Amino acid sequence: MESISQQDTIRQQDTICINESEKQHPWWYNFKYMAVGMLFGVVFLKAEIISWFRIQEMFRLQSFHMYGVIGTAIIVGVISIWLIKKFKIKTIHGEEIVFHPKKFNKGQIYGGLIFGLGWALTGACPGPLFAQIGTGVTVVIVVLLSAIAGTWTYGYFRERLPH
Amino acid sequence: MLQTLQQPWPWYVAGALIGLIVPALLLLGNKHFGISANLRHACAACFPAGIKFFQYDWRKEIWNFFFVGGILAGAILTIQLIPNPDPVVIHPALERELAGYGIIDHSGLQPGELFSWSSLFTVRGLIMLVGGGFLVGFGTRYAGGCTSGHAIMGLSNLQWPSLVATVMFMAGGLIMANLLLPYILHL
Repeated sequence: MESISQQDTIRQQDTICINESEKQHPWWYNFKYMAVGMLFGVVFLKAEIISWFRIQEMFRLQSFHMYGVIGTAIIVGVISIWLIKKFKIKTIHGEEIVFHPKKFNKGQIYGGLIFGLGWALTGACPGPLFAQIGTGVTVVIVVLLSAIAGTWTYGYFRERLPH
Repeated sequence: MLQTLQQPWPWYVAGALIGLIVPALLLLGNKHFGISANLRHACAACFPAGIKFFQYDWRKEIWNFFFVGGILAGAILTIQLIPNPDPVVIHPALERELAGYGIIDHSGLQPGELFSWSSLFTVRGLIMLVGGGFLVGFGTRYAGGCTSGHAIMGLSNLQWPSLVATVMFMAGGLIMANLLLPYILHL
């Protein structure tokens, strides 16, 4: 095993969540995140965000729907984070909420473009993949496994790719 | 009430609820909204293969598996309890274009001609499902996040690298949908 500081360096490379909680909770505390995920899953379906048709309309500029969804989500997110920072709101367990600035690298350009190509092909970003499977379209399990294989391949070639 | 729930929800309701996931995860436990990281955690948990990028304690990220497990459960509940009984309404121009490729099934959220096990064994299906999935997994990790981590969480925190990523997501999607996909759908 590597030391904690080495671990932190690796974790900070680009994974989203690097916040460490000082508090140790039993594993079943994670069900609170499952509840939020369930709400997300319901919205995904009811607003047809997971539909291949809606994604095609978005990229063909035939519908405002997806732009409205993402735009509204960003506005609500900006206001929420602004409020959290301004009033120094803490977590429900009393811990300080911390943010980490994202560092620019060329991966955001190349990787972003590659993901965009895949997004229009599958009609799904990673979140909707799980929801599509939930609707009973079981072949999407293959798409998910292929996405995991894609992530693994990136990890394998990471050192040789331009960043 | 039930009928309202069954009909497709408007964008402002969906957008507001998704936006609220950002503070919800922060308040519940200092977690940053981001889904594609799960694909990395899956690699780290199942086949790290000595690759440095996957050598970390994925158990610390287990909350995210619960989160996507919730997405799966939410989708199952919705399709069982409040499904939309009507076919998906799509833009007439798209409907015409797709009919030209033999895609006419609008009964579900995904076109049946593309999203089925039999489609998987066609060239078209293989490119779209296996190829598309691979690009999603490779690209999101290369970019350091997906729609949730960059477009929503990153932009909510006013991070300009996330804006770069989001613009590139859209550029890739526009290129694929308008320039490349017509050829692939013809296969």
